[in-house]
Amino acid sequence: MDSALLVHRLHFAFTATFHYLFPQLTMGLALLIVALKTIGLRRNDPLYHESARFWGKIFGINFVLGVVTGIPMEFQFGTNWSQFSHFAGGVIGQTLAMEGMFAFFLESTFLGLFLYGEKRLTPRAHWLSAVAVFVGSWLSGYFIIATDAFMQHPTGYFLAADGTVQLSSFWAFVLNPWAGWQYAHNMSGAAITGAFVMAAVGAFYLLSGQWTEHARIFVKAGVIAGCVFSILQLYPTGDGQGRLVANLQPVTLAAMEGLFQGQPNAPLVLVGQPNEKEGKIDNPLVVPGLLSMLTYKRWNAHVQGLDAFPKQNWPGNIPLLYYSYHIMVGLGTIFIAVMLVAVFMLWRGWLFHTKWMLWILLLSAPFPYIANTAGWMTAELGRQPWLVYGLMRTETGYSKAVSAGNGMFTLLGFMGIYTVLSILFLFLLRREIEIGPVAEVNPRVSAEAR
Amino acid sequence: MASLWFWIVAVMVTAYAVLDGFDLGAGAIYLIAAKEPFERRKILRAIGPVWDGNEVWLLAAGGTLYFAFPRLYASSFSGFYLPLMMVLWLLILRAIGIEFGAHIEGVVWQEFFDVMFSISSILLALFFGVALGNVVRGVPLDSSGYFFEPLWTNFKLGAQTGILDWYTVLIGAVSLVTLTAHGSYYVALKTDGDLGRRARGFALLCWPVQFFLTCSSLVATFFIRPGILTNYEEHVAGMLVPIVVFASLGLMLWANPSGREKLAFAASSLYIVGMLVGAAFALYPAVLPARDRQYDLTIYNTAAGSHGLTVGFIWWTLGAALAVAYFAFLYRMFRGKVELGEGHY
Repeated sequence: MDSALLVHRLHFAFTATFHYLFPQLTMGLALLIVALKTIGLRRNDPLYHESARFWGKIFGINFVLGVVTGIPMEFQFGTNWSQFSHFAGGVIGQTLAMEGMFAFFLESTFLGLFLYGEKRLTPRAHWLSAVAVFVGSWLSGYFIIATDAFMQHPTGYFLAADGTVQLSSFWAFVLNPWAGWQYAHNMSGAAITGAFVMAAVGAFYLLSGQWTEHARIFVKAGVIAGCVFSILQLYPTGDGQGRLVANLQPVTLAAMEGLFQGQPNAPLVLVGQPNEKEGKIDNPLVVPGLLSMLTYKRWNAHVQGLDAFPKQNWPGNIPLLYYSYHIMVGLGTIFIAVMLVAVFMLWRGWLFHTKWMLWILLLSAPFPYIANTAGWMTAELGRQPWLVYGLMRTETGYSKAVSAGNGMFTLLGFMGIYTVLSILFLFLLRREIEIGPVAEVNPRVSAEAR
Repeated sequence: MASLWFWIVAVMVTAYAVLDGFDLGAGAIYLIAAKEPFERRKILRAIGPVWDGNEVWLLAAGGTLYFAFPRLYASSFSGFYLPLMMVLWLLILRAIGIEFGAHIEGVVWQEFFDVMFSISSILLALFFGVALGNVVRGVPLDSSGYFFEPLWTNFKLGAQTGILDWYTVLIGAVSLVTLTAHGSYYVALKTDGDLGRRARGFALLCWPVQFFLTCSSLVATFFIRPGILTNYEEHVAGMLVPIVVFASLGLMLWANPSGREKLAFAASSLYIVGMLVGAAFALYPAVLPARDRQYDLTIYNTAAGSHGLTVGFIWWTLGAALAVAYFAFLYRMFRGKVELGEGHY
């Protein structure tokens, strides 16, 4: 592989992966903060308002990191992928510009009001600013998904005389069928991250005997939301996304599932290592017919394997794609199990006293990040070898003017800066958790007083 | 249609310069003008609720440029690769300096974040001027429509130019002093007591430098780009631009010492508008001139398809109206002098 191509791919992949660690929590928490504010406003309960304020602070820290790591994403379309930008900018520029105009202005303005304006605003107006932040962050998600959807399954465009793509139908582009399922699946994934993080902080407080009243709210909200969205993640959103891939990118489905030979009654591989050389799965554990069933709702349906497609159109890195997909699905299944047990214990009134379950909730927090990352890797590795599916191959999209050395220099620069950002983020997060939901009083004293 | 988008992008960049300009400038004077910790907190409070929204104008202008002139976006962003990456890093450090300093106790850490915020603000103010200088001077585009500029060559304006040469550094200096003054007027407007007084004094010190550099940059621009006056010769209305620039300079000099803080800040904003609109007017219809003028990128050879541009105008109008409404509301909520003691910072 051309080394400049590899460097530019890694440059985008690294910065995008790191960036998305923050927006997924931003979008998930935005929803949960609106829920906390709504309950607080309805019941006039200060505990809920304090909880919302506490999560607002964590949201604020997380948001800043999302913003500063997000700006490089927009820039990199031009800096590292200029041929692609020239080719597709007439179409995807629409959604990227709309994200700025409709989402970022809304989000940044009302986050300022939400974080600094509680005393200046009426309770209802403060609630409204939380809603505006939520709407802004979820809109932003849609514009990015619609941009990605064009790359996965281009719609609403025509090929212009100069060889670029241009917009032919705004609505066909913005309401790309691919974007619908992908958005639902992605936002549900973000809500899972928010829910697991909130439950984990609550579990931490309960285990350490601090802030128990707030902690119960955190655990309860996190567990209920976590259960709902873990199930939605599988059905209908995951199912819908899977059928889109089956219909529109059948070669990707075959690679994700490790199906080298097309067959009726196709098996679903639960575990096993894809062996690209010999075209089979090593050490497989399979459920016969299940892949046919899941894909076409018939046990004996024929599913196309990789052998049905010319090798130059196979996704470039099949093992990585296969593992990403299986990690995502495996974790998603575990999330459902954990959250079903937790909700059951919550219903029976055991959850707040059951140490082992609180430990599980605490230790689960990193895994939605892994699942979301693996999901995006599945989507983007699965799109290969195309940059815009069927229209532009990845190797033709990067900036010819930027050498591999310059690309490597800035990639290393980003790695260094992002390492520092990670440390800073964890440090600040720990500090906010240490201070607790009510900053004025010493948490240890107040826990005893209760 | 492409002309319309040229002016829309120009207006958005100008809005960015006026808005984020004052918080960059406030960062530039931050270490010197604010002596006590509570004064530094006051400056941070003055920009805290608004700086992020101001920076969105950069992103929104970038997105709009991408959408309306994709070929220009592709060529300029890859050509200015190295300085843009540095701008990104500075934007990261600056945001961290503003937002995270307040979360960490300790005199030394406070100082660390303060210095990070101020230095990155100064460098960004300088870099944005250098970027403008590069555009006005022209870049080594060839028939492929692409170029790549090293950080510097020999500081002269030959065929193979670097990002830094005597001309772009001069424009960078104009930008730095302009935004420093702009930020000083803002701090003077938003704070009182010793801090407000020092900010006013700072602006007064900036004025002669700003006047001198403005005149030199205009002369230098005529010198390196003799054709720059073409549009002004064809459209007499363009002569309003230098009138606005020098009138706003005069207004600043009068309003600041006489304590008319709002007027001084408005005059400084007007000056920035005048300078940037003047530059855009001179460049039009080129969007990125080449050293060899036959390879100029213009609105005609870089614009997106006409259907996209027409559709875009509909949602852009709506989005811009919303954005202006949010800003009016936000600035109204946080109007008046800053008072410490509520919220964080």
